[in-house]
Amino acid sequence: MNQHSDNLIEVKNLKYSRGPRVIFEGMNLVIKRGEITAFMGPSGTGKTTLLRLITRQLVPQQGCILVDGVDIATLSIAELYQLRQRFGMLFQNGALLTDLSVFENVAFPLREHTKLTNRLIRHVVLTKLHAVGLRGAADMMPAQLSGGMARRVALARAMVMDPEILIYDEPFVGLDPISMGVIVRLVRRMNDALGITSIIVSHDVAEIATVADRSFLISDGKVAASGSPGELRVAESALVRQFMHGMADGPVAFHYEAPDYAEQLLGRDAE
Amino acid sequence: MIRIIRDLYDTGSEFVRTFGAFQLFFLRLLSHTPRIVVTRFDLVVNQVFNSGALSLVIIMISGLFVGGVLGLQGYANLARFNAEDSIGVFAAFGLVKELGPVITALLFAGRAGTALASEIGLMKATDQLSAMEMMAVNPVSRVLVPRFLGGVIAMPFLAAIFSMVGLLGTHLVAVELLSVDVGAFWQQMQMTVDIDDINEGIIKSVVFGVLASHIAVWEGYNAIPTAEGVGRATTRTVVITAIAVLVFDFVITALML
Repeated sequence: MNQHSDNLIEVKNLKYSRGPRVIFEGMNLVIKRGEITAFMGPSGTGKTTLLRLITRQLVPQQGCILVDGVDIATLSIAELYQLRQRFGMLFQNGALLTDLSVFENVAFPLREHTKLTNRLIRHVVLTKLHAVGLRGAADMMPAQLSGGMARRVALARAMVMDPEILIYDEPFVGLDPISMGVIVRLVRRMNDALGITSIIVSHDVAEIATVADRSFLISDGKVAASGSPGELRVAESALVRQFMHGMADGPVAFHYEAPDYAEQLLGRDAE
Repeated sequence: MIRIIRDLYDTGSEFVRTFGAFQLFFLRLLSHTPRIVVTRFDLVVNQVFNSGALSLVIIMISGLFVGGVLGLQGYANLARFNAEDSIGVFAAFGLVKELGPVITALLFAGRAGTALASEIGLMKATDQLSAMEMMAVNPVSRVLVPRFLGGVIAMPFLAAIFSMVGLLGTHLVAVELLSVDVGAFWQQMQMTVDIDDINEGIIKSVVFGVLASHIAVWEGYNAIPTAEGVGRATTRTVVITAIAVLVFDFVITALML
């Protein structure tokens, strides 16, 4: 019945802690169908953890995560795997299978989940590789690729099953400006043409501004601010201003917690 | 004092918990086995090649020299009783029942077990296993089960080849070098070694195959996903396999007497 609701993913009152360290507490957010949503935030705020929670690679201690109105914590393994076939995920380092060639990496989901003929698989894989500009690298092994190329192959693999939801974990890191421009346009185009819902985790304020419909700024285990990138840019909050404009001073400390600088240098606590 | 008791308790309960998880993991592997054997036997064949065929060289060289040593030692001792003709029997019992399965398992742990553990550990460290999960492919059945089965299938064959090459080594030393009568050498062996002895060797090598493969796969899958963690998992694979194989060898031998 929720099939046509606008809210594809809802995170409600989420709490997650790892050991004594609380990563999220009382987090609420909604990801709308067909939009490009960005998660931004200082390093170490658990953006990748949030992606893993949404895809149930991790299970929250409290609260729930709804996909199409269904609490994913209640799914059986078989149902979960069925749900995951609707997701495509791009990992930070690509996570290509190192014992398979580029072609076989992209073909992997097709071979596992479909009974397509080799001819058809070849066709689909080459199309996807062409979209990321690496059709010529089909016979190479992942170890021969640069970091940026590996990420592009991983993107082709994430798209190969034509997922409804594409999740990108830091897709822009390590790409040269040309590839970056192509990938940003590709993300935008897939979203507009195929109605794919995209979730992007990134620090890259400038790129996010050009591509995202809605951003969530995550800090201290909560959503600190949300809105379109334009709205965030002019937001009043000191934290948002500091992050969006990359300032050293503000509520987010650049320095990790440490004893007093002068005192430590003078060696008083060492004695 | 209380502290010591508490530490002991912690270590003990940790050990029991790990051991329980280890056995549950074995059941998990078994539960995925039938489907993989039926639908993706090609993956298993690949792993038989990786663990088995690629271990052949080290197995055969070791077998040849172990057999040769048996020939030398056997001759030196048996000749004192004028029983050097029985050297074939002596070597065959030693190889088929003990040295074949045990040394093969130890070599297997060093050659194939470490490769399995580090491969799986690295796949975990580089998110390949998570990526599979996200592609709705269960890494336990896609990655672990074929590697486990590959080792289980390869081990008895490797042990048999080890024993066979070993006997050739003994033959070379005893017959060609020390001029033991070739007829007596093989004839006595044929008369004395019966099918129960060979079965004992086969049972042992199957048990060791399960142990060595399972330990390697378990250590790799539970490795801490860092360079150091994978290194430690590889070392643990060899150490734990060696101990497990020697303990089980004693138990099985005692049971089969």
